[in-house]
Amino acid sequence: MFVVVVGCGRVGAQVARDLIEDGHDVNVIDHNPEALQRLGGDFPGEFIQGPALEVTVLEAAGITRADAFVAATNGDNTNLVIAQVARDRYQVECVIVRVLDPARARLYAEKGLVTVCPTRTAIERMSGALREFAAAGTDGR
Amino acid sequence: MYAVIVGGGKVGANVGRALLRMGHEVTIVEARSARFGTLEAEFEHMARYGDGTEIFVLEAAGMARADVCIAVTGDDEDNIVIGQVARDHFAVENVVARVNDPRNQQHFDLLGVAPTVCATESILSLIEHEVPQHSLVHLFSLRRENLDMIEIGVVAESRADGTRLADLDLPRGTLVVSVLRARIGRVARPDTVLAAGDQVVVIAEPGHEPALMELFAGE
Repeated sequence: MFVVVVGCGRVGAQVARDLIEDGHDVNVIDHNPEALQRLGGDFPGEFIQGPALEVTVLEAAGITRADAFVAATNGDNTNLVIAQVARDRYQVECVIVRVLDPARARLYAEKGLVTVCPTRTAIERMSGALREFAAAGTDGR
Repeated sequence: MYAVIVGGGKVGANVGRALLRMGHEVTIVEARSARFGTLEAEFEHMARYGDGTEIFVLEAAGMARADVCIAVTGDDEDNIVIGQVARDHFAVENVVARVNDPRNQQHFDLLGVAPTVCATESILSLIEHEVPQHSLVHLFSLRRENLDMIEIGVVAESRADGTRLADLDLPRGTLVVSVLRARIGRVARPDTVLAAGDQVVVIAEPGHEPALMELFAGE
């Protein structure tokens, strides 16, 4: 499949590399030209530098023929807007959006977006680990 | 009426002042601490500190009972999300949003955040109005209502030149509301006879521009 990844930070760059490893085609967008370095020298896809809200940038990255779209910039609202643009304007079949704020992640998940909330995951893992510890009865109480 | 204004820059603060003068109730949400300090000195308890794209901040600002949400931050993606959250989560009936970059207008339209106001577009329309490069100028768009306000100049020897309004076969979905002649505007009447040099204001459903150009400019 062909995937467009927006945001080439820790998350976006690694997702792009994972997809390449699995044999998929990937193009990456980031407003910062230096973000390209996170992809490594042997990255076979295209890197498009520019603001993701601009349709010319999205189209240069090939959004019109994308099977999947990943919104992973460091801005929740940017991610939410471009994800909806990918789904509603370009009819991308699979749209995945990173949202750090759990409340907005839940609200937009209810509206049909596939949201991934790292904050929610961290909270669940941490609370879960602490509850397990407490339930084991070794917490001294 | 209760208005929650998100974004307390020049636009937000001035809209807040105007609404207060009109006797309305207002809360202004501002995320920048220095700017919030300035707002608080003037608006006291009506200024609220916080990121207005966070749902709990909007909840504390009383968005649930707001009659209107005014999203006027300097970031278009924020204004879109504020508008959507106000409408979909808080069921606010009226949302007004500011478009900072005219290129983002299409995103507001696609995602149903309307009506919108764009200073750049307004300034451009004013320039067109004052220094017309074309004989047809969009003065104002009511996108949700599907209506445009258009100003168009009557060109010599066009079909409109010398014709009574009642005899002019205007396209369905258009209405001439006023005629500006020698700097004096008059409400249009069926017996108004148009003349070259007149500026007419037309209320129109979108898409009639070519037909209007043909009638008034002979193009």
